[in-house]
Amino acid sequence: MKDLPKPDGLVSMMDHMPPKDKGWMDTPVKIRKGMYCYASNPKSVKYLGLPYPREWSPMDDDWKLPENWKEIISEGFRERLERFRSFKIFMDVCVRCGACADKCHFFIGTGDPKNMPVLRAELLRSVYRNDFTTAGKVLGKFAGAREMTLDVLKEWWYYFFQCTECRRCSVFCPYGIDTAEITIMGRELLNLIGLNIDWIATPVANCYRTGNHLGIQPHAFKDMMDFFVDEIEDITGIRLAPSINKKGADILFITPSGDVFADPGTYTCMGYMMLFHYLKEKFGIDITWSTYASEGGNFGFFTSHETMKRLNAKMYAEAKRLGVKWILGGECGHMWRVIHQYMDTLNGPANFLEEPVSPITGTKFENAKSTKVVHIAEFTSDLIQHDKLDLDISRNDHLKVTFHDSCNPARGMGLLDEPRHVIRNVCEHFYEMPPNTIREQTFCCGSGAGLNAGEDMELRMAGGFPRANAVKYVHEKYGVNMMACICAIDRAAFPDLMSYWVPEVDITGIHELVANALILPGEKERSTDLRSEPLPGMEDEADE
Amino acid sequence: MMIEDLLEEKKSDIVERWFDAVIESYPDGTAHFLKNQKDLFANPVGSNIYSGLNALMDCLIKKHDETVIKDFLDPIIRIRAVQTMFSPSQATAFIFDLKKIIRDILKKELKNSETGDKLSSFERKIDDLGLIAFDLFMECREKIFELKANQEKTKVYRAFERAGLIVEIQED
Amino acid sequence: MNVNYIFSLIVVVVLFLLAYVGVEAAGLQVFFGVIIPYLALVIFIVGFFYRVMGWARSTVPFRIPTTCGQQESLPWIKQNKIDNPSTLLHVLVRMALEVLLFRSLFRNSRMELKNSRLSYKLEIWLWLFSLAFHYSFLVVLVRHLRFFLEPVPFIIKQIEVVDGFFRIEFVSEVLTVGLPGIYISGLVLLAAVTFLFLRRIFIPQVRYISLAADYFPLFLIMGIAITGIMMRYFTKVDVVGVKELTLGLATFHPTIPEGVGGLFYVHLFFVSTLFAYFPFSKLMHLGGVFLSPTRNLANNNRAVRHINPWNYPVPVHTYEEYEDEFREKMVGVGLPVEKE
Repeated sequence: MKDLPKPDGLVSMMDHMPPKDKGWMDTPVKIRKGMYCYASNPKSVKYLGLPYPREWSPMDDDWKLPENWKEIISEGFRERLERFRSFKIFMDVCVRCGACADKCHFFIGTGDPKNMPVLRAELLRSVYRNDFTTAGKVLGKFAGAREMTLDVLKEWWYYFFQCTECRRCSVFCPYGIDTAEITIMGRELLNLIGLNIDWIATPVANCYRTGNHLGIQPHAFKDMMDFFVDEIEDITGIRLAPSINKKGADILFITPSGDVFADPGTYTCMGYMMLFHYLKEKFGIDITWSTYASEGGNFGFFTSHETMKRLNAKMYAEAKRLGVKWILGGECGHMWRVIHQYMDTLNGPANFLEEPVSPITGTKFENAKSTKVVHIAEFTSDLIQHDKLDLDISRNDHLKVTFHDSCNPARGMGLLDEPRHVIRNVCEHFYEMPPNTIREQTFCCGSGAGLNAGEDMELRMAGGFPRANAVKYVHEKYGVNMMACICAIDRAAFPDLMSYWVPEVDITGIHELVANALILPGEKERSTDLRSEPLPGMEDEADE
Repeated sequence: MMIEDLLEEKKSDIVERWFDAVIESYPDGTAHFLKNQKDLFANPVGSNIYSGLNALMDCLIKKHDETVIKDFLDPIIRIRAVQTMFSPSQATAFIFDLKKIIRDILKKELKNSETGDKLSSFERKIDDLGLIAFDLFMECREKIFELKANQEKTKVYRAFERAGLIVEIQED
Repeated sequence: MNVNYIFSLIVVVVLFLLAYVGVEAAGLQVFFGVIIPYLALVIFIVGFFYRVMGWARSTVPFRIPTTCGQQESLPWIKQNKIDNPSTLLHVLVRMALEVLLFRSLFRNSRMELKNSRLSYKLEIWLWLFSLAFHYSFLVVLVRHLRFFLEPVPFIIKQIEVVDGFFRIEFVSEVLTVGLPGIYISGLVLLAAVTFLFLRRIFIPQVRYISLAADYFPLFLIMGIAITGIMMRYFTKVDVVGVKELTLGLATFHPTIPEGVGGLFYVHLFFVSTLFAYFPFSKLMHLGGVFLSPTRNLANNNRAVRHINPWNYPVPVHTYEEYEDEFREKMVGVGLPVEKE
C-alpha cells in the first residue's frame, strides 16, 4: 500500500497498518486477550512449595513481583548457564541466519514476528549479553544487549507462554539450537519469581496430590474404569476385569489421565483395556493400572526440571511397590519426551525392574533396556508383526485415517514408523499428509506445553492452523474423516481445532482403532464401534 | 465494453495489488514471508489468502452468488478472526481497499463517464462483500467464544456425565 | 536506513582509515605490522580457548538430541541412522554431515520447485552461499600459509594450482602482459559474503532479526577480501616484501621491510581485527557447532543411562502419603491398599 494513497472514508482514518521499520527491541510488548493464559492460582503454587505464590494478573501494570526480582533472575540465569551446556551454547552461537524464522507454527499462524524462534531466543540472549558477556557490557545495544526491565520481563512471560516446545525450529537450525530448551529455561526463570500460568500450575499441584492432572481421586478413577467396563460389555458382550493397583502384575501401564477422563481419549482408554483383556485371556499376561501413578503426562516439565522430577518419581516408585517386571507407556507426547530423554537420568537407575521382553512374542526391547519403559506403539507393533492379534479390520472401513506425528515422540524420540505400522494393519484406508507437515517436520497442534486452556483460544487456533491446513488438504483430496494421533494433549486440543478449521474430521488414538478391529475371545457380533456409532452395514442392528 | 470484461482483462494485476494490500497489513518481519513463500503447507496464511482473493475476484466479475462468495471469503476471514493483532475493522478493511485499487488501475478508462457509472454499480458488489465479511467475522468469533465456553464441559464433563458421575439436581 | 548496518559500516571504514593513515602518514608500521598482529593472535587463541573451556565447564545434565528421523527400534522398522543416531559412529556421521555439509540448513530448501518462485531459490542459496563462503574462506586461509612457511609445502602449492585458473600471460620480446593466476576462492568469498549481506538487507524478516553484530563481521570480511584482491590484481603489492614481514612474524623475528604499501597494512589490520573480535562474537559458532547437545549425542536414551552430575534429591509425594489421604475412598470401591 505504500504506493497507494489511503482509501477514503472511515477506513482511512483508522490505522490498519502496523508500525514499520521499528526494531524489535523498540517495539514494546502488548499483551493481547486470547493470546495468554490466566496467572496461576496461588493455592496451587503454595501446595507445591514453589516460590512467591500470590494473586496477580497479566493485564495489571503491577505484577506484585518480589522486590529483588532482578537479582533472582540474574542469579538464576547464571546458575542455569553453568548447569546446562545447551543453554550456554544456544546463548552464544546463533548467527541469526533466519533458517528457523518461518518454521514456527505460532509465527506462521499469528503473523507476530516475535514468534520467530530466533527472536524468542533473542529475548533471553539480549539480557544474557548485557549481564554475562564482555561484548555486551562494552558495546551495549550494538552487540544486541539490553538491560532487564519490567517490560522485558513481561515480554518474556508473554512469548515463553506462546511456545509449545515442539522443537520444529531445532530441526532446521545449523547448530541445532532448540527453542524448547530456551523456553524451558525462560519458564524456569519466570517460576523463580512466581510467574506461572494456571493451566500448568494447577494440574501440577493436582498431579502431585492425587496422581493425575485433573485431580481425580482414586475412587472416581475406579468409577470411570467401571463405566468403561459397562460400555465395552454393551459393545462386545464381554465383561472385562481390569487390574488396578495390583501387586505382582507383570507390567505396569501408565497413560495420561486425559485418556481416562476426557473425550475422545476415553475411547483410546477403552482400547487399551480391551487389548489388555485380550492378552490376559489369550496369553495370561497381567497388565495393571495405577491410581497413584495415574498420570503419564508431566506438566512439571513445563514448570522446571525439578518439578518434572518430582512428578516423574511416581512412575518408578509405583513400579517398585507393585513389583512389576517393567513399565508400558500409553499414547502421549511430552510424557514420552520425559520418559525417553529424562526419566532414567532423573529417577533411575531402575535396577529393580527387568529388561523389557514381550512375554507374548519373546521380543527383547533392546532400545529400552535401561529405562525399562516401552511405548505401547512399539509393544503393539510387535504383537502385530508376530501375528498375535485377531483382527477384523473391516470394522474400521468407515474411517479414512490420517496420522499426526506428535511433536515430542517425533523430534525428541523418533517414534515415527511404529504407529504407522500399527495403523496400516488395523485400517484399510490410510493417507499421509504432505511431507513437509509430517514426521520430523510435523506441525504442532498449537496447544502443547501447557497452553491447552480456554482463554487463549485465539492463540491455539492460530498456532494450530498450519496443522489444520494440512488436514483440510487430505480431507478434501482423499475424504479423510479421522485423524489418529499418539498424544493426549492432541486428543484434547484437536477437536477444538478441527471444529474451527475442518469440522468434518474427528480425532482418535491409535488404540481405539486397534480395539475396533480386535476380536476378543468369545465376543458377540459387534454392531457399533467404540463410540457406539453403527459399523458399516450394521446401521439397522445398532438402532435396536 | 462491459466493465466486467475490463476487469477480467486486468484481473491478475488487480488481484496482485489486492493481495499486496492485505499483506501490507502485517508487520514488516512477517509480510515478506507471507507474500513470497508459495508453498501451501509452509505458508498456509499467505497461500489461502491469495487463492481466496483470486477466487473472490472471479466471483465478483462473473457471478454474484452469496453462498459461493461465502465459501471463498471464509478461509480469509477465518484466519484473520484469530489473529488478534487486528481489530474487527482492521481484519476486514482489505475488502474496501479493492475499490481504490480498481479505480487506480482503471484510471485511464474511467475518463469515460459511462465506464465510471458502470464501475459505481460494480462497487455495490464490493460493499456486499464487506457485509458478508462482517457476518463471517462474527460467525468465527462466536465459534471461538463457544469453544472457550465449552472448553471444560465438552470433554471432561461429557465423559463424566456418560459415566454417571455427575449428579443432576432432581425435581421432587 | 538501518542504524545497525550503517554503524557497522562506519566502524569498518574507521578501521581502514586508522591503519592506512597510521602507516602512510604516521609511519606506524611496527604498530600495525607487528604489535597488532601478535596481540590479535594472542587474544584469539586465549579467547577461543577460554570460550570453549567455558562451554566445556557447563555440564550436560540430560541427553537431548533432536531426532530428525526414525529411532532405533524393532527389527522390521528401519532406523534412520544419520538423523537419529544410536551409536557413536552414527553420531560422527551426523556431525560430519552437519559440520562439513550444513545438512540442517540444507533441509531448509526442499527440492520440489513447482508453483514456487523467488523464496525457494533464496532458501537454497542460503545453504549454497554459506557453504561457498565457509569453504572459500578455508581455502584462502590455507593458501595464505605460503606467507608463513618457507619452503612452501607441496600441498599448499597444489591447492594454489587447483584454486587458480585463467593464468593469462602473454610473453613476447616486445610486450609482456599477464595477470597472475586468478584464485577462485577469493572471488567466491567476496561474492558469498556480499550475498549474505544483501540477504540481510533485502529480506525484511532477516533484516528484522539482524543486529549490528551481524553486519560487522560481514563488512570486515568484505574489507579483507577487497583489500586482498586489490593488492593481488591491481596495485600489485611487493610480494617479496610482504613475505619477509610475514615470515618474520612466523619465526618471531619481526622485521618491517621497505616498500610495502598502506593497503597491505589495512589488510593485515582487518585480519587482526577479525581474529581479535572472534572470541567475543557469534563467530564462535565455529567451536559451538561441535558441542551442541541436540546434535552431538546419540539417541540411545532408554538403552544407556545418562548421568546428570548435579542430580539432587527432590521432595516427592509418596504412595504412603497418598494412601493415607485416600484410604477410605480406595477401600470403599475395592481398590487394594497397603494398610487396612
